[in-house]
Amino acid sequence: MLNAINQTARRIPAYTIYIAGIALAAWVIFSSLSTPDPAKVLERTLGTRGLQILIATLCITPLRWYGVNLLKFRRALGLMGFMFIALHLTTWVVLDLALRWSEILTELTKRPFIIVGMLAFVALIPLAVTSNNAMIERLGALRWKRLHWLAYPATLAGAVHFVMIGKVYTLESALYFAAVAGLLIARRLKARKKALQTA
Amino acid sequence: MSYLPEYTPADVTPPQMFLNRRALIAGAAALTVASPARAGSPYSTDEVPNTFEDITTYNNYYEFGYDKADPAAYAGKLKTDPWSVVVDGLVDNPGTYSLSDLIAGQPIEERIYRFRCVEAWSMIVPWQGFQLSGLLQKLGVQAGAKYVAFETIVRPDEMPGISGSMIDWPYREGLRLDEAMHPLTIMATGLYGKPMPNQNGAPIRLIVPWKYGFKSVKAIVRISLVAEQPVTTWNTLAANEYGFYANVNPEVDHPRWSQASERRIGGGLFAGRIDTVKFNGYGDQVASLYTGQDLTKDY
Ligand code: HEM
Repeated sequence: MLNAINQTARRIPAYTIYIAGIALAAWVIFSSLSTPDPAKVLERTLGTRGLQILIATLCITPLRWYGVNLLKFRRALGLMGFMFIALHLTTWVVLDLALRWSEILTELTKRPFIIVGMLAFVALIPLAVTSNNAMIERLGALRWKRLHWLAYPATLAGAVHFVMIGKVYTLESALYFAAVAGLLIARRLKARKKALQTA
Repeated sequence: MSYLPEYTPADVTPPQMFLNRRALIAGAAALTVASPARAGSPYSTDEVPNTFEDITTYNNYYEFGYDKADPAAYAGKLKTDPWSVVVDGLVDNPGTYSLSDLIAGQPIEERIYRFRCVEAWSMIVPWQGFQLSGLLQKLGVQAGAKYVAFETIVRPDEMPGISGSMIDWPYREGLRLDEAMHPLTIMATGLYGKPMPNQNGAPIRLIVPWKYGFKSVKAIVRISLVAEQPVTTWNTLAANEYGFYANVNPEVDHPRWSQASERRIGGGLFAGRIDTVKFNGYGDQVASLYTGQDLTKDY
């Protein structure tokens, strides 16, 4: 079973993720058009898909502990997650708040859920910028690894942002939050175990 | 249906004619057409209504689920016939009324109103209904009554959103008596000349066009006249976010978003926003109800 997954993965080139991601974004935009409130539907769908892809990216490392090797897809997945969140932000600025800059500024300073979302987005920017071989070389593997640990707090902030939006607390947003928190804790426990073993 | 008396299909403005309402009115004025065919209510807006599809597929009705598409998907299961409404509290004629008895004698007319949701979107809806004031007169409001409280039906078997939600059902709303008696306040039994679709609150719902949509309680099964300000659902869930009055007011933000502007449904992806008007544009008629009240406190 594991072998089958790994072998299939070996045969699929990593750029498939980019093609699938861009196709999914196009589909999300297209299917929003026929809804009564397309700007809001698009904004929310992009946010949800972005969060899902970021969580999938964080799953690659723990999957390796269990022998599933999808490492070669991680960069593409992370970048696609970032693309969805960037589109989510663009939709908010251009289509939802419709470039009403004074209102946008008020929202960015006054609304805790927007501020948390923005912090998450800002934290993702250095990760996106350094997701290429040249940058890994320039930073060195250790510093690059340390920097990319930011993916955890950034995704967690994205999930917190989702929880904060609800008019009522929904199980859905709580599950996303639990998933990211679980991944973060699993990662920490693993790191501690490793430290103990090497000590 | 029996609860749409005095309202035959011939009276109904067909949907496609709504688009030309402005032109029709202008034309009628120019020609001074003699035919008194269904003059529009002076309380109606001449803005172009949203499509039937928009109005019936984008609904907040948490008894059917949190998603705005859920009511259209699941509300078909709700049985609205037979229907009865309990009238109690400080009234001369309390009792359990069948829907047709309750609304018997109330003149049903079309009211095209702006509808502004607390979530900063809005629509134009051609409702059919009658003034709540007429019903309250029939029921006989007693001297001590100061508020009207409403409750929505609770049928977990027919309303899949009820179980597993943290809301303490039934959905409750209320109005001050002067708000309830205002001629803009209607009990609606239909829209676009059709019986009220289930997802829009069939068979009978409240419409208070100068307040956020959540005040306009759907599928009413209880009307109580009371002396004290009634407990209301959203106010109980988050008192700092949803006040009892809930008048549309661009100057008072919801803590999590601005109320200064709104997305008008139906304009497509690039529709943008329009400025929100205090009292949803009905200030000339209703602002006087609140003289002396600080609406930043009584939000
Ligand atoms: C990592 C960053 C982010 C993630 C993971 C994220 C994720 C999400 C998710 C999952 C939703 C809820 C979708 C739903 O209700 O189905 C959402 C909604 C939303 N997000 Fe974000 N978001 C992020 C950043 C931002 C930023 C930077 C902004 C704007 C500055 C923003 C503004 C919004 C808005 C306005 C909504 C819709 C709220 C509503 O329902 O009206 N988000 N986001």
